[in-house]
Amino acid sequence: MLPNLFFGYFAIVMVVLSLLIITRRNPVHSVLWMLVLFFHIAGLYLFLNAEFLAAVQVILYAGAILVLFLFVIMMLNLKEEITAERFIGEWPIGVALGISIIMLVYFALSKFIQGPVGQYTIEAINKETHTKTIGRVLYTEYLFPFEIASLILLIAIVGAIVLAKKRG
Amino acid sequence: MVPLDWYIGLSAVIFVIGVVGFIIRRNILIMLMSVELMLNSVNISLVAFSHYLQDLRGQIFVFFIITVAAAEAAIGLAILVALFKNKAAVHTDEITEMKG
Repeated sequence: MLPNLFFGYFAIVMVVLSLLIITRRNPVHSVLWMLVLFFHIAGLYLFLNAEFLAAVQVILYAGAILVLFLFVIMMLNLKEEITAERFIGEWPIGVALGISIIMLVYFALSKFIQGPVGQYTIEAINKETHTKTIGRVLYTEYLFPFEIASLILLIAIVGAIVLAKKRG
Repeated sequence: MVPLDWYIGLSAVIFVIGVVGFIIRRNILIMLMSVELMLNSVNISLVAFSHYLQDLRGQIFVFFIITVAAAEAAIGLAILVALFKNKAAVHTDEITEMKG
């Protein structure tokens, strides 16, 4: 009963926060609501026994990506933004599309059958901490994708500098 | 124990809110934030699957998705900065250079 109530709180708050993010007029308000949303997602990760990912969520998303967004908002003309039209003229079509995707997922979910479970039970993970277990899987089974991820980050650094520097 | 379906439902609802936000907003910055919303909703469902199937692969995928999301945010915002420098426009209907 208590876990269900806990999940219900998180679910309702997260849906409301997502709606606030896409409807607020002022982008700064959107970013701040998104900060609250990311903390709730981190809480949900803790609830699912993924404490390393909860920490990464707070550090990377709330700490790095949202600060990037706030830096860019400083360049925008907020006075004009507050009076400008928020949505495109055809917004009911977008909402109808969203509702149809929800229906699709609902029907797909009723046919869902859970597959066989793996070897990483909560007891096995707790025996040698979550971070150590995830690190071992990451650096053995997924070593090559890990290297590719480093390449993606390198491309992001170079690309951001090339795109944003003054043309000279 | 909370059923797995609830997590998938929550993830789907947040994903759809992200899709709708991406489609209906005029501001490119909010559109980029909607993309982040979609990536986060997928992360929720992956972590939930990882917990319920007792397999760590889902969490490894979340790790990579967070990496790609950081790269995507950096590149997207750099494009936004370049666009703002050249045109001083952040609304999608004001950007018609490619005649699309």
